[in-house]
Amino acid sequence: MTDAGPANMAASEGIDFGAGQSRMELKNVSKGYGEEWEFDQVLGNLSLEVEAGMLTVVVGPSGCGKSTLVNLIAGFETPDTGTILLDGSEVTGPGKERMVVFQETALMPWQTTYENIVFGPKLRGDYQGGNLEAEAVKLIEKVGLADFKDKYPLQLSGGMQRRAELARALINEPRIMIMDEPFRGLDAMSRELMQEFFLKIFEENRRTQIFVTSEIDEAIFLADRLVVLSNKPAEVRTVIDIDLPRPRDFKMMSSPEAYRYKSEAMEILHEEAMKSFSDSASASGFMEVYAKTGD
Amino acid sequence: MSKPTGLAYFWYTLEQRMATPTPYLTMFGLSLWIFTYWLLCEGLEFWRFGKIPGPVTVLTDWFARDPFQGISIFKEEYYIHIWSSCRRIAIAFCIATGVGVPLGLFMGWSKAFRDYTFPILEVLRPIPPLAWVPLAILMFSGFETPVIFLATLASLFVTTLNTMLGVDSIDEEYFRAAGCLGSSKWQIFTNVVVPGALPFIFTGLQISVGVAWFSLVAAEMVSGDYGLGYLIVDSFMNNVTVPMVIGMLTLGLVGWGTSVMVRQVGRQLMQWQVKELAQQDR
Ligand SMILES: Nc1ncnc2c1ncn2[C@@H]1O[C@H](COP(=O)(O)OP(=O)(O)O)[C@@H](O)[C@H]1O
Ligand SMILES: [Mg+2]
Repeated sequence: MTDAGPANMAASEGIDFGAGQSRMELKNVSKGYGEEWEFDQVLGNLSLEVEAGMLTVVVGPSGCGKSTLVNLIAGFETPDTGTILLDGSEVTGPGKERMVVFQETALMPWQTTYENIVFGPKLRGDYQGGNLEAEAVKLIEKVGLADFKDKYPLQLSGGMQRRAELARALINEPRIMIMDEPFRGLDAMSRELMQEFFLKIFEENRRTQIFVTSEIDEAIFLADRLVVLSNKPAEVRTVIDIDLPRPRDFKMMSSPEAYRYKSEAMEILHEEAMKSFSDSASASGFMEVYAKTGD
Repeated sequence: MSKPTGLAYFWYTLEQRMATPTPYLTMFGLSLWIFTYWLLCEGLEFWRFGKIPGPVTVLTDWFARDPFQGISIFKEEYYIHIWSSCRRIAIAFCIATGVGVPLGLFMGWSKAFRDYTFPILEVLRPIPPLAWVPLAILMFSGFETPVIFLATLASLFVTTLNTMLGVDSIDEEYFRAAGCLGSSKWQIFTNVVVPGALPFIFTGLQISVGVAWFSLVAAEMVSGDYGLGYLIVDSFMNNVTVPMVIGMLTLGLVGWGTSVMVRQVGRQLMQWQVKELAQQDR
């Protein structure tokens, strides 16, 4: 896939999200919580390269430290050791070049869909892409919320809230997007629709993307590259390149390749669980993933 | 059908209301209550209840052109009492809100500011308004100022504390989202802290307006020339019990009215929550 293609596509849509593709690198990042005598090492020496224009999916059992990792990348917390680099410069705090869509919905309940979406650029007063209002309306239509522009988040369904949040992040034209189990808690149908919708948006301009999930099927369906984490303290166990063609389709999930990727990842996750079976908390975390995948 | 406006909308909501059991249950409860009151005081003259003016006596006097014991809706004096109390409440409530809300917001927002102020608030808060009366009389001259001071004090504590808890109640996610979107500290204050604390603030204001009435009446009883509290205690001193009961019931009705007003303002300001509130109303 060339860089020119997707950029042209975005231009023809009239919305240019192509703020250039960025690359992120995590070097020997570790993080723990608690007092010295009950220290809880959550991330242990985690190194990861997130390639420019790629959809990197991070998968790991729940409780292994995925959200902790997201908080570090977002800049809400600082690593105990190691560095996080975006295009070579170190991450030191939150910034609009790294947009996070959180695990729990974080739309401001007191703002309408429209107000939520223009919130960031309006406050910073730095919107580059022309008329902010017009662009926001276009984006709202794109995420299918035209009829809900002036509704409050409490009046939207879970899937709609996620789409509004996606739009709120996109309008800031971040260099990298980070999503932390964004479709968790949606029913199966809306979840599939959201995955397809999310991929459509991603494939349009291939903005560098980190997607965190604990569901292996979701991970394989979305990923260019799959990063499998170990149990707590989390490290990268393996990286699998997913060579399924794009645009993706749910039918691909029953192909032999998809099956091979899945069993490869499952084997590692299974190993991880076995290793820490005495540690019952982590084991139950693993069982959750294992049970969800269903086979 | 488009949404009706103005009077048509009022009739529409009234009709909707009348179709629910609420108004009938309210009526029934009220009648039962008045009947018991009548039975105790006038019907049976049960024990010492016989000394209390019953509903028939009270209502007759309340709506009489020429009341037996001096107070009715046709007497100018009655309205002077109501007006005096309402004016004091309005002033006290405005001061308490104007000081308490910003104070609470800053206490919730800034850890350092809370460390300075919270202990003082916690020490002063349990002291009941009545205990402040002597100090208030020493500090302020005349009738008006000490009474307003006392009414302000109690509601100030309620408003401040509720506002502070309101800020505490705001989910960390919203601060993070705002930070991620590049808001400055002050923008976070105006766009997250203030609207996020609003539901708690209005809960606090409803309590605070009630507390203001409590302490106002207590203050008027001790020091005053007019006002519902004064009316109640003055009637008792002069051995006219009917105006005393009229004063009490008027107080209740006016107090209820003020908290309905606060609630309505809150609903207007928190449209985003209206649906949620409607679900809680049940
Ligand atoms: N702020 C914190 N203080 C203490 N422990 C924390 C904190 N954040 C996360 N943890 C611990 O880190 C572990 C991983 O949490 P998290 O990153 O939320 O996992 P995941 O997102 O993979 O489910 C958990 O055991 C949790 O108790
Ligand atoms: Mg998580």
